[in-house]
Amino acid sequence: MNTVNLTMAIVLGGLYATGFYLLLQRSLMRVLLGIVILGHGANLLLQLAGGSQAGRPPMLGDTPIGRMADPLPQAMALTAIVITFALTTFLLALAYRAWQLLGHDEVQDDVEDRRIRRLEAELAEADEDTERELDSEATR
Amino acid sequence: MSELVAVPVLLPLAAAGLSMAFGRFADVQRLLGLLVLGVIVVDAAVLLYFADVHGPLVLHLGGWAAPVGIALVADRLAALLLLISVVVMFAVLLYSIGQRITDYGRGAASTTFHPIYLVLCSGVSLAYLTGDLFNLFVAFEIMLASSYVLINRRTTASRVRAGMTYTIVSLSSSVLFLTMIGLVYAATGTVNLADLALEMGQLPPAPVRALALLMVIVFGVKSAMVPLHFWLPDSYPNAPAPITAILAALLTKVGIYAMIRTQIVVFEREPSWPLMLTLAMATMIIGALGALAQNDLNRMLSFLLVSHIGFMLFGLGVYDIAGLTGVILYIVHHITVQATLFLVSGLITRYTGTVALSRMGGLAKISPLVAVLFAVPALSLAGVPPFSGFVAKLALLRSGIGVGTVWGYVATGVVVLTSLLTLYAVARVWTRAFWGQVREPEGDPDPTDELVVGTGDTSPGMVQATGVLVLSTVLVAALAGPLAEISQRAATDLITGEAYRTAVLGGGSGG
Repeated sequence: MNTVNLTMAIVLGGLYATGFYLLLQRSLMRVLLGIVILGHGANLLLQLAGGSQAGRPPMLGDTPIGRMADPLPQAMALTAIVITFALTTFLLALAYRAWQLLGHDEVQDDVEDRRIRRLEAELAEADEDTERELDSEATR
Repeated sequence: MSELVAVPVLLPLAAAGLSMAFGRFADVQRLLGLLVLGVIVVDAAVLLYFADVHGPLVLHLGGWAAPVGIALVADRLAALLLLISVVVMFAVLLYSIGQRITDYGRGAASTTFHPIYLVLCSGVSLAYLTGDLFNLFVAFEIMLASSYVLINRRTTASRVRAGMTYTIVSLSSSVLFLTMIGLVYAATGTVNLADLALEMGQLPPAPVRALALLMVIVFGVKSAMVPLHFWLPDSYPNAPAPITAILAALLTKVGIYAMIRTQIVVFEREPSWPLMLTLAMATMIIGALGALAQNDLNRMLSFLLVSHIGFMLFGLGVYDIAGLTGVILYIVHHITVQATLFLVSGLITRYTGTVALSRMGGLAKISPLVAVLFAVPALSLAGVPPFSGFVAKLALLRSGIGVGTVWGYVATGVVVLTSLLTLYAVARVWTRAFWGQVREPEGDPDPTDELVVGTGDTSPGMVQATGVLVLSTVLVAALAGPLAEISQRAATDLITGEAYRTAVLGGGSGG
């Protein structure tokens, strides 16, 4: 198992916390930023997974073999960066399309939530009706 | 020989580029798509035969040996699921071509659909064949990225929200996937599945349990396991029928496949896994009850999909050869049946103009053929003998009884209950949509979008494609004997893991 230094652990914690906080917001723009920050966090984590040799380039002839950084996490992080970059672009386009179509960038409630709210309103109305009837009967 | 393993991944990617170049020639695109998928069907069948007779086929990409380089592995499980998935992709492509020709005429080209569909095929194949965790992530991204495009194509105001939810949920789960890979690598120093199995044994139990749980969550989101299922019934029903069919049939099942592969190959566990049994029960019950509450045909089918994901988790929870045999049979059955049901739903809406069950009626009189096409997969889904679902469910039930603990019996009871609820749900569709008064089709609520409904006709291409799929579900039932045998051999491979490990690690480079 590799160890991680404390500063990096705190940075990672901060990135993940901020990312998930933003992800839970109502505005699409913030959700998008949340995804971006989470992506940075995950990529940094991949880098750190290589261990404490980080910073020494994994090049033959440049660095002694025993002391070079592990190249595999770097390759993985590179791939992941490209993928997150492409998907962020797609998400931006989608958010722009949503804004074009809907005129705002709020995330709306889903179908079930809307149905529950409608039922709630109907029930409340029905309750009021019965109360009014009971009231009128009591006064009669 | 082992080069054949790369064909299902590389061929559709190359063809996707070509298909884009021929964007203006509709017929060329269609032929190319069908040809490529046809070749992959043959290739997958050959892979399955070889994996079954000679053991797993391994291809080390770029000649790098296994723990460092990327390995593609076609063992019995991967090849079997690949074969059935590509057959379904082929039939769904036929359906969508038929639909396009009916709605827009023969010359109408669609520049994005065919290339993206091929990219999706490549992602699905890679997910089945890959032998390493990071490559599995790449496969999921290829698959999901194409599904984002397919779901959000020509999006309208009413659909954009659903597409957005789907995209964001999938992206978040991908970030968790990356996190999991980082932690796995930090703990073991490898991402090769076969190598991971050896390395995990060296670790103290606490981090191993944490990693296993993180994998359950990551693949739980992808496969719509309760309580991580909420995105599915919200997004899938909004796409055109063939797209919903292919996503519902394949993406969740690839998630289940990844869950099985990672849990069983990498981690060691005693038979019967209480956590997974509990999650399976929750998934089955909540999905089935959700389906009963729906008036929208497609949403109902989506909830049934969630519920039946529970059956597969149940087999994984049993965690022995009998349970896994059941899961493999169930996945094969469910991929074909779920795709068929969504395609039939596409046919139904052309006659009704609406997805609301309360506004349908008399379809059995209007089109007896569609009624038959619906009845076969619906009964199969409910597990009525002699259809395909019955065989798979019987295998699962027997494995559940075999567990012998109280929890095992309770879970088996839930399987039976959910089957009954499924039967009730599809019977409700039958009585509402197919019986009752004949109604005139309603007009298309939004003529500008891609969902063409209420035209009151279907083209032979659409019906024939659906017919092919219905026939293949019947074939799954007819071939239950050999299928059960090969599933059992695949499950034995999975549990022992020996053949997989020696094939990947011991074979050296080349192969």
